[in-house]
Amino acid sequence: MNELIDSISAALIQQFNAEIIEFQGEVSLVLQPDHIVSVCQVLKDDFHFELLAEETAVDYWPEQAPRFHIIYRLRSLKHNEIIGIRVPLDGNAPSIPSITAIYANANWFERELWDMFGIGFKGHPDLRRVIMPYDWEGHPLRKDYPLGYEEVQFTFNFDQIDVRKPYAQE
Amino acid sequence: MDKPTKQVMNMDNDIVTKLSSDTLDGFTPLVTDRAISGETVLLNMGPQHPSTHGVLRLLLELDGEQVISCIPDVGFLHTGIEKNMEVKTYEKAEVMTDRLDYLNNLGNNLTYCLAIEKLTDLDVPPRAQVIRVILTELQRISSHLIWLGTHALDIAAMSVFLYCFREREIILDIFELCSGQRMMTTFFRPGGLWRDVPVEFETAVRKFIKILPARINEYERLLTKNPMFKIRTVGIGVLKPQVALNYGVTGPMLRATGIAHDLRKAQPYSGYELYDFDVPTREEGDTYARYLVRVEEMRQSLRIIEQALEKLPLGPVRSNNRKYVPPPRSEIGTSMEALIHHFKLWTEGFVPPKGSVYVATESPRGELGVYLESDGSPKPYRVHWRTPSFTNMQILPVLAKGHLVADLVVLIGTVDIVLGDVDR
Repeated sequence: MNELIDSISAALIQQFNAEIIEFQGEVSLVLQPDHIVSVCQVLKDDFHFELLAEETAVDYWPEQAPRFHIIYRLRSLKHNEIIGIRVPLDGNAPSIPSITAIYANANWFERELWDMFGIGFKGHPDLRRVIMPYDWEGHPLRKDYPLGYEEVQFTFNFDQIDVRKPYAQE
Repeated sequence: MDKPTKQVMNMDNDIVTKLSSDTLDGFTPLVTDRAISGETVLLNMGPQHPSTHGVLRLLLELDGEQVISCIPDVGFLHTGIEKNMEVKTYEKAEVMTDRLDYLNNLGNNLTYCLAIEKLTDLDVPPRAQVIRVILTELQRISSHLIWLGTHALDIAAMSVFLYCFREREIILDIFELCSGQRMMTTFFRPGGLWRDVPVEFETAVRKFIKILPARINEYERLLTKNPMFKIRTVGIGVLKPQVALNYGVTGPMLRATGIAHDLRKAQPYSGYELYDFDVPTREEGDTYARYLVRVEEMRQSLRIIEQALEKLPLGPVRSNNRKYVPPPRSEIGTSMEALIHHFKLWTEGFVPPKGSVYVATESPRGELGVYLESDGSPKPYRVHWRTPSFTNMQILPVLAKGHLVADLVVLIGTVDIVLGDVDR
């Protein structure tokens, strides 16, 4: 832990009830979903974390509270530092405030999270699927979503499998 | 004139409605009202358009030749790599990393291996570190050569494309020499390399770094002062540093706006702190500046390779930690313990401690990061690839605004997207 992280934790722990975890030299703040926008704003304005490096999620199914963790990683070019934020979310259809107003590139990251995990972002300007087709059902990176495969049709069972094979509907 | 415009409009309006039907809060207007009333034209560019460098679809709203808005639609090359990696052991999942950014295979391998090494505190022998640097820098040059060739081809400078591919072939031959594969090498493994490079390696690389500077000068003679090239690139797609940071743009695109941010300098990995090289920057932030930055980067990569060859130490190329690295064949015949390790590693795989790491490296396109979470089982619990193309792609609508359709083709080239990297 260095001075920057110390001053960040001093500023945030009290105000936002944050918790600090460290693993292999990587520092992460654990936050409640309501505070995410204000914490990002503070980190960007006061601590010069100008760049949103990544935003992703992890699914801990079958656990329900929390089922998801959203992970933000902010990079500061001025201090040459990187900091992670983890936000636990409960339930099967969670939602969290969007940070697109602070970091513009959160736009596609959040679309990807909606697409892959079904996490809603309140205040997102354009929350559509980004990678899967627009009419796709389900959220593939959830742990309760099977990997999936296609049955191989041989000459002897071609028709048998053909009947139950899902084709693209017009 | 009225009728055909309306027909085109109606057809595409349908697409817009379908695209947006999945939003949380109903229909999100993606285009201006002028497109709905038929004043401007909606045009579909791609996914089979040759200048989109893969399968990228752009929905353009045009006022004559001018782009009013540009809506990228990606995902045509989605292969589910992140999901697939979750059901494979750590070592087996590595082959999928080559397929992410197919112009930076070794860079992807390196990022993944560094993440595993950080997670498990695995050591990498010095010889392996240096060979990793040499090969990754060769990969950077080959990626920039493809970018230069295709970018120039988009601006109708056909011969540069042929020259670039000629040089790239030499690099691919070196990769083949090391690993037996031209592109999907999977040569780096957790704890070092797959095996040592052959004796001819050093001569081949030395021969290459001897000829390339003259060849780069040759490309520059064709393009840098070429008035046709300058008309097409100077002042096109100007990016301001603040906008670039806000959009999370990294790599040569950020450096062309005047911010000297390079992860090889800022947070060195694989011993990059031992090499002497510059981070080229430009202030202008336009397409021409990005061209100059990338060409200069090739020269800097050559400098790194030259220094690395000078200091290439002898010794093992893979860690001796048998909990993570399989023993060599010769040991298995004589040592019971080696046999057990071999069996455990190839049936079950190795088990890193519980926890998560984020490792980022400087790919030819920007910050390539991997988030790796382990739940204490032999398979990764979650792998997320923070790919530079996915983030840099978001700047395209900002750059394209107000430019002509012909310039849009140039802009797609200058962002240097790899669709495998965007869609994963």
